[in-house]
Amino acid sequence: MSAEPRSLARRLFEPASIDSQAPVVRIVTYALLFLWTLVVVVPLYWVLITSFKGPGEVDNGPFYLPFVDFAPSLRAWDFMLVQNYTLRPYMNSVVVAVASTLLAVLIGSLAAYALVRIRFQVKLAAVALFLILLTAVIVAVATFGVQWEIAVAVAAALFMIALFTLVGRTKLAVGNNDIEFWIISNRIMPPIVAVLPIYVMFQQMRLLDTQLALIATYTAINLPIVVWLTRDFFAGIPLDLEESAQIDGASKFRVFFTIALPLVRSGLVATFLLVLILAWNEYLLALFLSNADAQTMPVLVSAQNTTRGPQWWNMSVLITVMIAPVIVISSILQKHIARGLLVGAVKG
Amino acid sequence: MMTATDTMPEAADRRSWAEWLDGHSGRIMVLPAVIVLLCFAIFPLIVSAYLALSRFALAPGGFTLKFIGLVNFRKLLVGSQQYHLLGKFGTFGFVQSALLALIAAGLLFLLARYLMRGRPTIAGVIGRLLATAMAMGLAVLALATMAPGGVPGTVVNTLLYVFVGVSVQFALGLGLALLCGQPIRGRNFFRVLFFIPLMVTPVGIAYTFRMLADMQKGPFAPLVRAFGINEWSWATEAWSARLMVLVGDTWQWTPFMFIVLLAAVENQPRDQVEAARLDGANGFQIFRDITWPAIAPIAATVVLIRLIEAFKIIDLPNVLTGGGPGLATESMTLHSFISWRTQDLGGSAAIGYMLLFISTIVCVSFFNFVVRPARRFEP
Repeated sequence: MSAEPRSLARRLFEPASIDSQAPVVRIVTYALLFLWTLVVVVPLYWVLITSFKGPGEVDNGPFYLPFVDFAPSLRAWDFMLVQNYTLRPYMNSVVVAVASTLLAVLIGSLAAYALVRIRFQVKLAAVALFLILLTAVIVAVATFGVQWEIAVAVAAALFMIALFTLVGRTKLAVGNNDIEFWIISNRIMPPIVAVLPIYVMFQQMRLLDTQLALIATYTAINLPIVVWLTRDFFAGIPLDLEESAQIDGASKFRVFFTIALPLVRSGLVATFLLVLILAWNEYLLALFLSNADAQTMPVLVSAQNTTRGPQWWNMSVLITVMIAPVIVISSILQKHIARGLLVGAVKG
Repeated sequence: MMTATDTMPEAADRRSWAEWLDGHSGRIMVLPAVIVLLCFAIFPLIVSAYLALSRFALAPGGFTLKFIGLVNFRKLLVGSQQYHLLGKFGTFGFVQSALLALIAAGLLFLLARYLMRGRPTIAGVIGRLLATAMAMGLAVLALATMAPGGVPGTVVNTLLYVFVGVSVQFALGLGLALLCGQPIRGRNFFRVLFFIPLMVTPVGIAYTFRMLADMQKGPFAPLVRAFGINEWSWATEAWSARLMVLVGDTWQWTPFMFIVLLAAVENQPRDQVEAARLDGANGFQIFRDITWPAIAPIAATVVLIRLIEAFKIIDLPNVLTGGGPGLATESMTLHSFISWRTQDLGGSAAIGYMLLFISTIVCVSFFNFVVRPARRFEP
C-alpha cells in the first residue's frame, strides 16, 4: 500500500473504498435520479395546481406557483364536488372496485388452494364435448331461433348421457397444471373480444348500467391474476399444519379458512391491493357496460371533453380526487403491492 | 341403523351430506372460478367467433344475425376496411428491402440453429414455423406501411405501442434499477416515488399529458415559444401524436419494470460482485457477467407480462388523441370499439379476433423461445 497522496483525478473517479462510489459517479447517479424524480412529479404537480385555477388563470398563459403568480381558488372544487353530482360515480367506483376485488380474491384463492393441494383429473373428452355442445347451443339459438331454455336443456341432457357412457372409456385427461394454465391464460385475451357478448348478455338480463354487471365482469377479468399470485403463496406454506388439522377431522373448507388463509395473509394483502387498483382504474369495460347510473370515475373523466373544449380546472379536480387515494395507498403500502408484483414475475 | 330414535336419521342425513361435501371439496372449491370464467371468457369467446362470421343488423323489436362466413375478415384484410386496419402500402425502397432481408436472415438463422442443434420435435418445429411466419408477416406489414407513400393502419400502430413502448420502458426501468441498486442514500424514497405513476388511472394520465403538452397554456409553452415555434401542435402530425401516446404509456409503465428489476438487482450475488471488483473488473464487465445472468429470468418474465397488457392499449389513445390525426394513433382495440359504435358488430368482433390471434402468437412465442430458455439457467 503506497501512502503517497492520490491525484485529483484519481480521487474523483475512483471510490475511496470497495463499498462506496467515486464522487463523479455519485454525482451523476443522483443527477439522473433527480431528473426522473422531476419526470414523475411535474405532471402530478401540474394537475394539482391546475385544480386551483379558474378559466382566467389557465387561458392567460401558464402560471406555475400558487400565491406567487396566481391566486388559487376553490371554485372548481366547489363546482365539481358540491354543485355537480360527482359523488355518485365516485361511490360507484368504490363499491365496484371493493366488491369485485373481494369476490375475485375469495373465488381465486379457493381455486388456487385446491389446485395446489388436491389432484385433479378431468377427461379431455368431457371438456371437448362441453365446448362442442356450447357452440351448438349458441348456433342453434342465434341462427335457428330455438328457445334458449330448450337448447340448454337438450344439451345438458346429452352431456350427462355422454358423461356416464362414452367419456368414462377415454384415457386422455388434463391435470392440475393444465387447469392452472388455462385459468391464467385467460389474461392474454384482450377484453375487447369478450365485451360484446357480455354487453348483449347483460342487456338481455336487464342488468346493463348496474353495479352488479360491473362487479361480475371485473371479478372475472381479475380472477386469473389472483389465481396466479396466490397459488405461489399457498405452495410456499408447509403441509404439516394442514395435515394435522385434517387428521383431527376438520373439513377441507375449514382447513382453508382457519389455517391456510391466515398463513398467507400478507400475500393476500398484496394481491388484494394490486387487484383493487386494477379495478379502480379499469376503463374499457366500464365504457361498454355503464352510461349513467353505474358510471365509474374513469368514464366520467373521459367524458369531460365537452364541446367548448376540456375545462382543465374542472378536469384536474376530478383527476386529483381519482388518483389521490391510489397514490396515498401505494405510497404507504408500496412494499406490499410490490411484493405481489414480484411473486408474479419471479416465479412466473 | 335406521330406527332407534327420531333424531338418528336426521343426524345420519347431515353426516352423509357433510361427507359428500368433504369428498367433493376440491371440485367445489374450483367450481366458482370455472363458472365465472366460462360465463365471462369462454362463452363470450364463442359468441364473438360467431359474431365475427355474421352480419348484425338492427330490426324492429331487436336485431337479426345472418351467417356470412368470412366476409367480415375479407373486408378488413383486402376490402373497404383494409386502409383502416392494415394501412396504405408505400413503395418498397432500398432501405426497406435491406431491413427486411436482415430480419429474414435473422429468423432463418434462428430456425436453422434449432434444426441443426439437438433434437427437433414436431411441436417445436410447428411452433417455430408459426412464430417465424407471424414475425415475417408483421415485419413486411410494418415496413411497407412505413415506407414513403404508405400510411400505417391500426395493426402497425398497436405493434408500435407494444414493441417500441415495451423496449423503451424496459431500458429506462433497467437503467433506473441499476442506479437505485447502487449504495446510495434515500433508496426507499426513490422506490416509493418512482412507483406512483403505475397506480395512476390511464385516463387521468392522458388528460394530464394533454395539459402538459398544450402549446399555448401548458407549462412548457414559453420554452417552446423561445425556440420560435408558435403555430405548430403535436396533435396535428402523425408521428408527434404517436410519440405523445408513447410518452404517456412510458410514464405509466416504466415503474413496473423498475420495481421488479430493482428487486432482482438487489438479489444478485453480492459476494461475486465484490470479488469481481477486487479483481479490477469495470462496471460494464460486472453487469455483463454477473448482474445480467442473475436478472435475466426475471427480466424475461416482466417483459412478457408487459407484452400481454400492452396489446390491450385503448385508454391513452382514445383520450389523448381520439385516435387521430386521421387514424394515426388508433390501436386495434380502439378500432374495434369504433366499429362497435357504428353498429358494425361483426367487423368489431373480427378485429377483436385478429388482435387475439396476433397477441396470443406473439406472447406464447415469447414465452416459449425467450422466457423458458432464460429460466433454464436459474439456480
